[in-house]
Amino acid sequence: MTQHTVEHQHPLSARSSVPRGRLARTALTAGFVLSVIVVVTVPLYGAYAATGTSAGTLETLAKWAPLILLGFGLNLLMSFIAMGIGTVAGVGLGIAQVSQVSWVRRAAWAATEMFRNTPTLILLFMAMFLLPFELRFGDLVIALPPWLKAILGFSLSMMAYVSEIVRGGLQSIPTTQWEAAEALAFTRRDTLRLVIIPQCFKQMLPPWMNVYAIMIMSTPLASILGVHEGLTITRSAISAEGQPELLAPFYLFLLALFFVYSYPISLWTLRLERRYAIKH
Amino acid sequence: MFGIDDWFRRLYDTSGINFTYLYDAYDRGRFLAGIVLTLELAAICIIASIVIGVVGAALHGSRFRVTNALVRGYVALFRNTPPLVQLFFFFFVLGGLLTFKTPYGTFQLSNFTWAAISLSVYYGSFNIENFRAGIESVPRTMVQAAEALGYRKGQIYLYVILPLAFRFSLPALGNTLVSLVKATSLAYAIAVPEVLYVSSEIWSDQLNVPEMMVTIMVFYVTLVSIMVYAIHRFEKRLRIPGYSAGR
Repeated sequence: MTQHTVEHQHPLSARSSVPRGRLARTALTAGFVLSVIVVVTVPLYGAYAATGTSAGTLETLAKWAPLILLGFGLNLLMSFIAMGIGTVAGVGLGIAQVSQVSWVRRAAWAATEMFRNTPTLILLFMAMFLLPFELRFGDLVIALPPWLKAILGFSLSMMAYVSEIVRGGLQSIPTTQWEAAEALAFTRRDTLRLVIIPQCFKQMLPPWMNVYAIMIMSTPLASILGVHEGLTITRSAISAEGQPELLAPFYLFLLALFFVYSYPISLWTLRLERRYAIKH
Repeated sequence: MFGIDDWFRRLYDTSGINFTYLYDAYDRGRFLAGIVLTLELAAICIIASIVIGVVGAALHGSRFRVTNALVRGYVALFRNTPPLVQLFFFFFVLGGLLTFKTPYGTFQLSNFTWAAISLSVYYGSFNIENFRAGIESVPRTMVQAAEALGYRKGQIYLYVILPLAFRFSLPALGNTLVSLVKATSLAYAIAVPEVLYVSSEIWSDQLNVPEMMVTIMVFYVTLVSIMVYAIHRFEKRLRIPGYSAGR
């Protein structure tokens, strides 16, 4: 029975292929190298060039590029933290999904389904509006700036995706393994820790990386809620300059940043997928 | 609607839980309009992205290196850049370029159109991979058997490869379409009055953020569950005994 297991697909996922045709490969590599060059040289140029003297498009882009790069750094930071939280929570939730206690199993399933089927943008809105701007525990006050709330919103999505991967991974191990461990008097905990998880770890790695790709592709959503990440800064820069002809180069620069970061990851994911694929 | 109206009005009076769209005709009207627009956007994008996927997969498999390279480039570029930035690029950059004055007034594509184009193009790149993977997982023996039975190349493609490939790609296609339906909420960013946008209007007017949040969540979870169920039924119906989706 095929279930709706979302190995939420992303970049060149599943059974996609590394470009085989030579022309395609050359073109893609050339495009990637070109993007890298643009992404590296433009901010450098901006750092050296005297700011504000000339009004050429390239100069203007170069002037803003370091700031956009900084914003992109926040995108990366948000993706790392949210992925970390999402992974820890997701592994717990995923294991709970195969729990022997039926109410735990059902609750974990319901939580997974709820957060997996709600658009990330809406989870972000919830985190923004429903969390207070600071938390107070007696004297301890923890401020919750927008970017931190955004991270919490993203974490909920990632948690649900990871939970589904973990459930799928655990269930893909033949029941004989569980039975053998039981026959050897392993406790449930030890069975999971010493027998099951080591076997499905490799298999869960590529889909986990796909989830990370979804994560990094989702980070610009935080811009809708006013977090000063790459997209927000790009838009502010364009409106500060007030020249419509800057729209294309600025957006292309931002797209290039994401491409340069994400493309190698997706190729790597693909290689791992191939290597760890279970042959039937 | 008499009973429901009253009940929710009383709920608000007694508990402060304010589901305005359940008793206020104006809010109900715009909320329903938002739902309809989300469904429309989703339907259009589903169809367009499948068309892009089929055409792209065909071009991908063609003998011409240039089309092959173009399709691969398209897939790599669109899958590795954020959909929201793509949406802004389409809407602000291409939208700006495509605005011009005609003798009959200014020609301009609507926000809705740009959202539909952008999401279709993004998810089209996923569908190309889905269909291509489906085509690749058709066993070679099937093709050889068809050749032995005297099928011509075109016939093999039409009668043997495509029907099987479609079935093999269904699970992945289903996942993509689910993501697509969820992603229609991105249209909020360019002020398309879909369900999230109208909800934000309602909560700005009525200050009932938690109620609206719960409502949208329920809406999406229900919508996705219906889709998953439908896709699952469809898969079961198309299933060929002995072939479980290529796995």
